Amino acid sequence: MKKAVDGGVGARRPLVDGVEKVTGRAKYTADLFAPAGLVGKIYRSPHAHAEILHLDVSEARKLPGVVAVVTGDDCPVAYGILPISQNEYPLARERVRYFGEPVAAVAARDERTAVQALKLIRLTVRELPVYLSAKDARKPGAVPLHVNKAGNLEREVHNEFGDLGAGFAQAELVREDNYHCAEVTHVHMEPNAATATYDPSRDHLTLHTVSQVPYYVHLMVAQCLAMDTARVRVIKPFIGGGFGARTETLNFEIICALLARAAGGTVNLKLSREETFLTHRGRPESDIRIKIGMQRDGRLTACECEVVQRGGAYGGYGIITILYAGAMLNGLYEIPAVGYRGYRVYTNTPPCGAMRGHGTVNVRFAFESLLDAMSQELGLDPIEVRRRNLLKAPTVTINGLQVRSYGLPQCLDRVEQASGWRERIGKMPRWRGLGVACSHYVSGSAKPVHWTGEPHATVVLKLDFDAGITILTGASDIGQGSSTVLTQVVIEVLGVDQRRIRVIANDSAITPKDNGSYSSRVTFMVGNAALQAARNLKEILINAAAMRLQVSPAQVECQGEIYRSCVAPEKEVSFGEVAAQSLVDTGTLFVKGTYTCPPEFQGGKQRGGAVGSTMGFSYAAQVVEVSVDPDTGRITPEKVWVALDCGFAINPLSVEGQVQGAISMGMGQAMSEQTRFDKGKPMAANILEYAVPTILDSPPIDVQLVQSIDPNGPFGAKEGSEGPLSGFPAAFAAAVRQATGFGFTQLPITPEVVLDAIIAQREEAAAAAYASAAAQPLVHEKVS
Amino acid sequence: MKSIIKLTVNGQRREDAVADNLLLLDYLREQLQLTGTKQGCDGGECGACTVLVDGDPRLACLTLAATVADKHVETVESLARNGRLSRLQQAFHEKLGTQCGFCTPGMLMTAEALLRRVPHPSVEQIRAALAGNLCRCTGYVKIIESVQAASLSEKEDA
Repeated sequence: MKKAVDGGVGARRPLVDGVEKVTGRAKYTADLFAPAGLVGKIYRSPHAHAEILHLDVSEARKLPGVVAVVTGDDCPVAYGILPISQNEYPLARERVRYFGEPVAAVAARDERTAVQALKLIRLTVRELPVYLSAKDARKPGAVPLHVNKAGNLEREVHNEFGDLGAGFAQAELVREDNYHCAEVTHVHMEPNAATATYDPSRDHLTLHTVSQVPYYVHLMVAQCLAMDTARVRVIKPFIGGGFGARTETLNFEIICALLARAAGGTVNLKLSREETFLTHRGRPESDIRIKIGMQRDGRLTACECEVVQRGGAYGGYGIITILYAGAMLNGLYEIPAVGYRGYRVYTNTPPCGAMRGHGTVNVRFAFESLLDAMSQELGLDPIEVRRRNLLKAPTVTINGLQVRSYGLPQCLDRVEQASGWRERIGKMPRWRGLGVACSHYVSGSAKPVHWTGEPHATVVLKLDFDAGITILTGASDIGQGSSTVLTQVVIEVLGVDQRRIRVIANDSAITPKDNGSYSSRVTFMVGNAALQAARNLKEILINAAAMRLQVSPAQVECQGEIYRSCVAPEKEVSFGEVAAQSLVDTGTLFVKGTYTCPPEFQGGKQRGGAVGSTMGFSYAAQVVEVSVDPDTGRITPEKVWVALDCGFAINPLSVEGQVQGAISMGMGQAMSEQTRFDKGKPMAANILEYAVPTILDSPPIDVQLVQSIDPNGPFGAKEGSEGPLSGFPAAFAAAVRQATGFGFTQLPITPEVVLDAIIAQREEAAAAAYASAAAQPLVHEKVS
Repeated sequence: MKSIIKLTVNGQRREDAVADNLLLLDYLREQLQLTGTKQGCDGGECGACTVLVDGDPRLACLTLAATVADKHVETVESLARNGRLSRLQQAFHEKLGTQCGFCTPGMLMTAEALLRRVPHPSVEQIRAALAGNLCRCTGYVKIIESVQAASLSEKEDA
């Protein structure tokens, strides 16, 4: 048997950068602020929708200590994540479309001066109607936020796969319901920040920022500043979470660069928590109408779904989000016919974007909730119903998605067993309930957002005279542990002592380009690139060892730190000697590995068909137990059992952590989180009122890992941090239904919502009792 | 207005001129370059800036530097001795009590105060102590496990 490599794949090892984090040595963007740098501040729109008549920054410019002021006039170039929908300027031009939209920015010698300068800026506007809901924005006669988008419709999607008519005709039960999900946002613990240095003599710009995709930031900053990309350098330091918020270039990053250039020096720009809320890019408020056809035995015959998303003021990822919402109706269960209509609507709210489980979470809540209600109506066990609709991998879904590994059956078995489902279901005490739901997610989009023809991922291993191996990667470790995963992959292949390896990530001047940390692509794609790079390096090392040992390469046995001759085992050379030999004649080695998803995985032929396409879906099932206090409406999640098919856990400790974090974020959305606006002004732009879960709200989360070994994943690995999120809200709602009898169709399900339902029911019961009592003849008891 | 304060920061006696309105957070981060202490919110919401003042957890973002005169302030930088991780740091590292790491300094300082007061806390005591420290990555499960592991650790803090 092969000896396990210390710290290789499958090991529960701590993060390679964990020591920095626990000692406070980890430097986040705001920790890198040069003390001599200027302080940047943003002047934000106090109007949710208005035409800019005049912007006067002359007084601000005159204030002593102010070095630079920039406005929309300084950047006439639009930016945005999707090349086809770039309609946002870093600083508003002509119109403001949401409260808090950046309008101007100042760089001053200190914070006090910068704040004072903002107060001297005068903005004159003509107010326009404010649309805070998709419904209002779509009304006939509504003022379009963007000239080319009538009806404020950014994108309309219509898809039909299979025969819907036949599917519903075959159904023995057809049910339809409406679901509403409030808008949620990421609340990564680190507020947004950037620091930029501009060198006028070289026309070079260096930007440190909190990005999950520094390469997009690089492109957009160069585009907006009209600079050659070669003169821009983007560095991502440690970053305090992202969850999708930082997967597109954000206005403050470009503003910081504009200020630095205007000031000819260094500008430190730190956003407040409130400004971080306003920057947003979260999950849109969604109205979902869903119809499901089912046979008496629980088999699905058809599904039709309509989704309206309140997208906010600009395009961002919007088109992708509305496409994801439809595409991911497929790939979890066998459904013969699926119809989808999606509407992405512009509104006067901060722009939405990608958020963990991008596009899939709200639709999954609606689908699983209706499935649960229909199971109940037919008297079927909801786990059994899901078993009756399993896919048979390998398969291609009706919308062209490839499923090569499918551990959902095992996930269902595991949570059924771990939660004691069979013994407990139907026998729960009053005000207590169990609910189940399933979910899935992509392991990276098989077709990247920016299609350049380059490989999807590139990793470089550097080996030099010191016999140290440096992994050079552009993959952004945002706390999910991607640098650790890459290290484990390289250790596994080379078998070397883990202390021989370092990771240098995310410096555009040093590390290879990477598409970034979005759609859970890193383990799968960058992991595969690291695997190839390590194998390429190993081949070089084996050849060098063969030369030293004077045997053929096939006769070399690599034991990591020692290379031996198979024919004369007493002959051995150390890794250092092998490394030195490998450098003879060539010098420093830079060994590359790449990964590209083959075209057959890149989705269906329909318009937008690439969205949802992936090399491998993760699968998850979860059971949630809740108790409800009927006097306060308070729901307590008592425990969660979740099983995830992550293909193969390169680091089980890390995968568990990701799953628990995903459940926690799903729980926040299910129970308490929602952005709120009043006349366009945010009413909960702080952590307490927005209400993210605290440790007191958080249940134990039991994680089971199912390893289906995906044929294409590195060592079989797939995604592990987004899929489990989308199942939570529905499993939670199902548990609440069992505990209370109420099938709530909106998120979040707050104590107020529950209590209102309980009170309404009591009042109804009291009224009914009164009515029936009134109908009875009065009986007077004789009192003696 | 500025005043001169004498205090101890991470075991070192100091005498510094501080503005009356200077926050302890900014004093630590900007004046002393102790950037381990983080700012995660606009004041008193997240717990990321928790430091110990005379052994008690305090939010540095809600504390004026001038009010800690003559007191002992401890930040995350003080936990490791001669580069050796404390048992709490070791546990957070090994049990993955930290993911992105941004809430970690505050978590560690609150947990440190707890363990000094209650060497072997129950899960409920850990939850109560950390109620004001928010984490968005872990769902808190591995944070609880980390504090428990530290409390059971044989290792003595140097």
